[in-house]
Amino acid sequence: MTPDIQEREILLLALQAGQILLENGAEIFRVEETVYRICRHYGLHTASVFVLSNGIFLTSGDEKEPEFAKVLFIPVNHANLSRVAEVNQLSRQIEAGAYTLSEARKELDRIQSMPELPYRFQILASGISAACFCYMFKGAWQDSVCSFFIGILLYLYILYVGPHFSKMVRNILGSAWIMLLSIFFFKMQLGLHLESMMIGGIIIMVPGVAFTNGIRDMADEDYIAGSVRMLDAILVFFCIALGAGFTLAVYQELTGGMLLW
Amino acid sequence: MVTLELILQVLAAAIATACFSLLFGVPPRYAPFSGLIGGSGWLFYLLFAGITTATIATFLSTCCVILMSRWFAVFKRCPVTIFLIAGIIPLVPGASTYWAAYYIVSGKLPLASYKGFEALKLAVAIVLGIVFVFEIPEKFFHIGLKKRRPKTIKEEI
Repeated sequence: MTPDIQEREILLLALQAGQILLENGAEIFRVEETVYRICRHYGLHTASVFVLSNGIFLTSGDEKEPEFAKVLFIPVNHANLSRVAEVNQLSRQIEAGAYTLSEARKELDRIQSMPELPYRFQILASGISAACFCYMFKGAWQDSVCSFFIGILLYLYILYVGPHFSKMVRNILGSAWIMLLSIFFFKMQLGLHLESMMIGGIIIMVPGVAFTNGIRDMADEDYIAGSVRMLDAILVFFCIALGAGFTLAVYQELTGGMLLW
Repeated sequence: MVTLELILQVLAAAIATACFSLLFGVPPRYAPFSGLIGGSGWLFYLLFAGITTATIATFLSTCCVILMSRWFAVFKRCPVTIFLIAGIIPLVPGASTYWAAYYIVSGKLPLASYKGFEALKLAVAIVLGIVFVFEIPEKFFHIGLKKRRPKTIKEEI
């Protein structure tokens, strides 16, 4: 392998690791650290990386090392934290010298194609956590049972219907769907507290990854990425509130302002 | 103060957090720890909420959640994000946001701004908790853990 190709390989490896981290919900500084560590370990010292919330800019080169530059656009994706954990582990092992370049590349490919939790388990998890959240927010056990089904039906929507819409529409319709289901259960007198049932469902949609990472990026002084993520979180919050509120308003309009009968 | 209700609430928080963490791909082997953190966070919230305001209770329990998350991250040697995001979810002001929107669409603006402001205060409390607890040096979290790693590898925070 000529030196040029070797260096190119190192940078591509670092870039791929950064890409997996960023698209699966890692913080900006973790992405930067990982790219630098991988480059340094394989002996590339001029690498310079700039990470935004949806892009990585990587360059290297001076008199001694060859020039290299690459920009990678990374669309915002559904976070999968197990990939973050795996890449993190890999970068430690690379630093400990356990991987050659091509082995590391193979390992990254494996991480990238790691299967998600099967859909049926995700749906079940959504139902159970909706039921528990409902109970935490002053729901009776009947409400929790209803929330269990709301969680399941919500996740079916998220998995099968949601991807056809843009993000804003997806969230508005999602929370409208929760509201409709809650009103339905409430009217059938299966659940006792409308707001507990619906909060159980709403929390499943709360943008936890964007919110938490936005704060942490800002605290690390990555203001651009942090504010983009924060904006993302606020927009989702707003869409959720809008969908639920709008449905409730329409319903009250149709029934003459009487919900509690 | 320990009642059946409290125990059930904390149990519900733990199960909810553990299941919720699976939804964004936390490896199932870490889910019980997420549940433990979420449950403890809610326990602290309920205890503090009895003696102080919701904002301060949220701030203190956020601090507890993050301390635990960071400790588990060092203990299990994985990114802190894994524990943090699910653990903090019970404290996120979902209910206040919902009420604010509800009052806006039903035309009760004073109530809407009251609830909206409450949601904002809770969010700021969480932000402050996160920002401050992440200032604590990494070394602190190694107290009580056996040294089992070479010095050259920088610890994850």
